[in-house]
Amino acid sequence: MTLDTLRLTAEEARRLLDAKEVSGAELWSAYADAIELRDPELHAYLHVCEDPGGDGLPLAVKDVIGTRGIPTTAGSKILEGYVPVYDATVVANAKRHGLRVLGKTNTDEFAMGSSTENSAYGPSRNPWDPSRVPGGSGGGSAAAVSGGLAPWALGSDTGGSIKQPAALCGHVGLRPTYGTVSRYGVVAFASSLDQVGPVAKTVRDCAFLYSIISGRDANDTTTVDVPAVQLPEGEELKGLRIGVPKEMNGAPGIEPGVTAAVNAALELAESLGASVEECSLPRSVDYGVACYYLVAPAEASANLARYDGARYGLRVDGDDFREMVMRTRDAGFGDEPKRRIMIGTYALSSGYYDAYYGTAQRVRTVIKREHDELFERFDVLASPTSPTVAFPIGAKIDDPVAMYMNDVLTIPSCMAGLPGLNIPCGLSDGLPVGLQLVGPQFGENTLFRAGHALERALAFDVVPERLRG
Amino acid sequence: MAGITRDEVLHVARLARLELSEDEVAKFQAQLSQILEAVSKVAELDLAGVPPTAHPLAIANAWDDDVPRPCLGLDEAFANAPDREDDYFRTPPA
Repeated sequence: MTLDTLRLTAEEARRLLDAKEVSGAELWSAYADAIELRDPELHAYLHVCEDPGGDGLPLAVKDVIGTRGIPTTAGSKILEGYVPVYDATVVANAKRHGLRVLGKTNTDEFAMGSSTENSAYGPSRNPWDPSRVPGGSGGGSAAAVSGGLAPWALGSDTGGSIKQPAALCGHVGLRPTYGTVSRYGVVAFASSLDQVGPVAKTVRDCAFLYSIISGRDANDTTTVDVPAVQLPEGEELKGLRIGVPKEMNGAPGIEPGVTAAVNAALELAESLGASVEECSLPRSVDYGVACYYLVAPAEASANLARYDGARYGLRVDGDDFREMVMRTRDAGFGDEPKRRIMIGTYALSSGYYDAYYGTAQRVRTVIKREHDELFERFDVLASPTSPTVAFPIGAKIDDPVAMYMNDVLTIPSCMAGLPGLNIPCGLSDGLPVGLQLVGPQFGENTLFRAGHALERALAFDVVPERLRG
Repeated sequence: MAGITRDEVLHVARLARLELSEDEVAKFQAQLSQILEAVSKVAELDLAGVPPTAHPLAIANAWDDDVPRPCLGLDEAFANAPDREDDYFRTPPA
């Protein structure tokens, strides 16, 4: 049978396999063919794997996630040729469920960016319009799922790297609650923020993949026991209390077409029985980006100290150890990691620590408290995921601060450790708009329920218009 | 507070073990100044009595049983080493 990988969900693929209507090899070939056809344009993958055999579903894996025997570069020249000798826990969990790693997807270097333009291996392109970015840092996983090059994928999210690309490419992505998914074997960026999460075409696929990868792991001491995942089924939203922070919808900098699509989705939510009420996150939105760009670079500067040319990765020789280390790091890191390492080092350095890092940690408390207060009155907070639709490649690459503002709506909940789900909710200028649903810590099941019912009612077609047959 | 001098860029690069070219020093001085100006916004808030948050979950220590478990063999541990001599990573002299 002919498989349309652009439309095929993981759930439907599983059904076809179980019914013996398609074999594991046929399913793999369908994706391999799609990759051969469209990846030269989209550049979603940095590495494509051979079929390991079996009848498990294929899975694309962001290249910051370690895969045994499969190159893992984190989009950086400093890890070119690095082949992990063990699997990240999330990959081991996926394999235990029979999933087959289809390939490694492109990412901004060390997951630092909002467009994949910071990848040392060149940008990925948006399947809806290849002249535009797919978002980042997980733009490779997003382009793979949206472009029919994988049924689903793993991403990682520090300040929006799963949700923002899902918004820009028009599919579903979950940043789980901090502590629910192990980071063991994942290239570390900012450890108090990094989370691995699922990227898929539907909320149900997303929930199912989350159930596979989540859970306490003795190898990551930040993980905790996770409530059982409920696959969403309902079509109504009776009793659901949705808060809409006014600073995150219709505010300056948010495109009118984005606000319009989000407002239409909120009206639909009301018609499904939810209550929708305006609320406020006065300081979280205003101060979130500044707080994030102190905390995350500070942690990154420590995490990236390990790339010294001594034990793995690139080495550029020098006359002594220090010269070798400095040359290796200058040659191996691109501009964005260098900027963040230097900002973080500065913010942690003697004389500046209290003013920058210490202050940012207090602002983080303010952000967390503002969210906690809202969850006394609401089950879910709704807003656009990204203030804009996908922007042209090259539009923001020379202006780091403008690039950082892409994440103004995703960052606050990340700082508070909260789960966030993106679902596509409409088009603006022919490009997807994402709706962000944020829940309280461990509120994934509520997000799945709300996201699923809305997804059904919205009936958004996740196949990019130009690729529809 | 915003604005970073050329000497500060060089100092931070040294602390971070980055050997920057002349072009990079000039470029990063301008960009880091711009970023520092943006993040300095955190100083506007009145934070009297607000404690810091280092970690978003209210968990303390995680305990595990202290029992030996299998670990990587030496050849696996050295598999990605740029240079190896016997059971050591070989590097230029310190």
